[in-house]
Amino acid sequence: MSAASVGALARWRPRLQTRSRNGRAFLLLCYAATAVGILSLLVLLADTAIKGVPQLSWDFLTSYPSRFAARSGVLSAAVGTLYLSLIVIVVAFPLGIATAIYLEEYARPGPLNRIVQTNIGNLAGVPSIIYGMLGLAVFVRAMSLQRSLLAGGLTIALLVLPIVIINAQEALRAVPSSLRHASLALGATRWETVWHHVIPAALPGILTGTILALSRAIGEAAPIILISSIAFIAFLPDGLLDSFTILPIQIFIWVSKPQEDFHAIAASAIIVLLALLLTLNAVAIFVRDRSRRSTQW
Amino acid sequence: MVSDPVIVRPGGHTPPVSIRLQDRPAEERPAERTAALDQVFRIEHLSAWYGTAQALRDITLDVPRNRVTAIIGPSGCGKSTLIRCLNRMNDLIPSFRQEGRILYHGDDVCGPGSDAVALRRHIGMVFQKPNPFPKSIFDNVAFGPRVNGYSGDLKALVEGALRRAALWDEVKDKLGTSGLALSGGQQQRLCIARALAVEPDALLMDEPCSALDPIATYRIEELITSLAVDYSIVIVTHNMQQASRVSDYTTFLLSGEERIGELVEFGPTRDLFTTPKDERTESYITGRFG
Repeated sequence: MSAASVGALARWRPRLQTRSRNGRAFLLLCYAATAVGILSLLVLLADTAIKGVPQLSWDFLTSYPSRFAARSGVLSAAVGTLYLSLIVIVVAFPLGIATAIYLEEYARPGPLNRIVQTNIGNLAGVPSIIYGMLGLAVFVRAMSLQRSLLAGGLTIALLVLPIVIINAQEALRAVPSSLRHASLALGATRWETVWHHVIPAALPGILTGTILALSRAIGEAAPIILISSIAFIAFLPDGLLDSFTILPIQIFIWVSKPQEDFHAIAASAIIVLLALLLTLNAVAIFVRDRSRRSTQW
Repeated sequence: MVSDPVIVRPGGHTPPVSIRLQDRPAEERPAERTAALDQVFRIEHLSAWYGTAQALRDITLDVPRNRVTAIIGPSGCGKSTLIRCLNRMNDLIPSFRQEGRILYHGDDVCGPGSDAVALRRHIGMVFQKPNPFPKSIFDNVAFGPRVNGYSGDLKALVEGALRRAALWDEVKDKLGTSGLALSGGQQQRLCIARALAVEPDALLMDEPCSALDPIATYRIEELITSLAVDYSIVIVTHNMQQASRVSDYTTFLLSGEERIGELVEFGPTRDLFTTPKDERTESYITGRFG
């Protein structure tokens, strides 16, 4: 080795040991961060399961709330939640997806578009109680829907609308523009391009967004506290204009009672809520995977 | 499978082309229309801007019918902008603006009453990167005919288009598999088949081989030569050898200091490459810049 190259080597300090130790330390930090989330979730779930599972029974699912914890059930609340999410699906998803398609595929960029965009972003961050007040003023009072299932459903639909729009926009934006160009260059109209190529390609992403939105919708209690008549509901909603209750509210009512027994059935109701949520999400995931298969990437 | 492929378009006749929303019967066309049929495109004083940045300045050019016309020039000289003006793909760019006229068989492509959708239906386009739809090979080719209301035998039409694009033998047993499962060269031929399936009159190719290996490139070039009998082809390429191999006419664009593309020379490919009239053309084709 020549003197020059020895001199050149002396100017390099690879510090390989320190660098690989730093790498390991960083990995450990990431592990720890992940563990915090997973562990606290596990503790929560275990705690709920221990308290709630013993009361779970067919009777619990098919009974109405009662003054006695032992005779109480979640039927009206579970059915209310199910109906509410159906209204949200029917109202918010078509509106949200259509809005996203307009904003991404048709709207020309400009100040107006930017204002709309910013405000949708802001709406997604508005506290849900505000939506409850809006629903109370607009749907319950102004449109005199009273404290009905429809008023509640529309309120929650408004609440998740920005989430649906933003997620659908992301999904549409991820569709490569080369796909649109290919279709347009064949003499397809903008609408045919969107319908035959852009939406199918974006559908998995759109559905992922709807899963998130639906989870949010099912878990919301605050706006419904304003809209639903909290008094206990010992019947099933007969139509859209009937009064109703939902699981988060039922849980809230039971938890706020002084008796220990009610706290226990609140835990059971949480398990029912989780099961309902997972079922609805499973349906959405199933639909998504089927739509993935029909698009042959 | 299908025994009798339809001939996608018999060459040599006056194409029944209309870019208007409602097709006019041929006899109603003014007489000078037929006189103009030697050119598929007549570009008159075309200038183009993206926002405030000018991309093309005063391009005047006649694109001959049923010939291959190559557009060459260094990167950023406006080749792609020019070719995308021909089927109004630049309409998709909000900041885009153009002046001058482009006549397609005598019709102003941007004139009142002319419709971009009707125009593009007659002018096929093949893009730089192969962009098959994420659908089956069959559906890739059948999409254009379907949206354009083809009422004949779709299977035969698809087969005919795939044969014309020299892809049929490779895919005839797997028409149901995804177009994206093909190799890059096959994908590009699928895109050509897809463009041919709507029975176009002209074919625009924007650097169709730039993403392909030499063998795939060779096959596409062969294909272009065979298609030139029936179609008017405009091909953008930055590969001068390719231009000299496949084209009948060549246009040389160049952008100066201000990055605005201008037409330097247009002529029969052989003349342009052997006896260029402009010294900038000579410098470019001999590899002194670009």
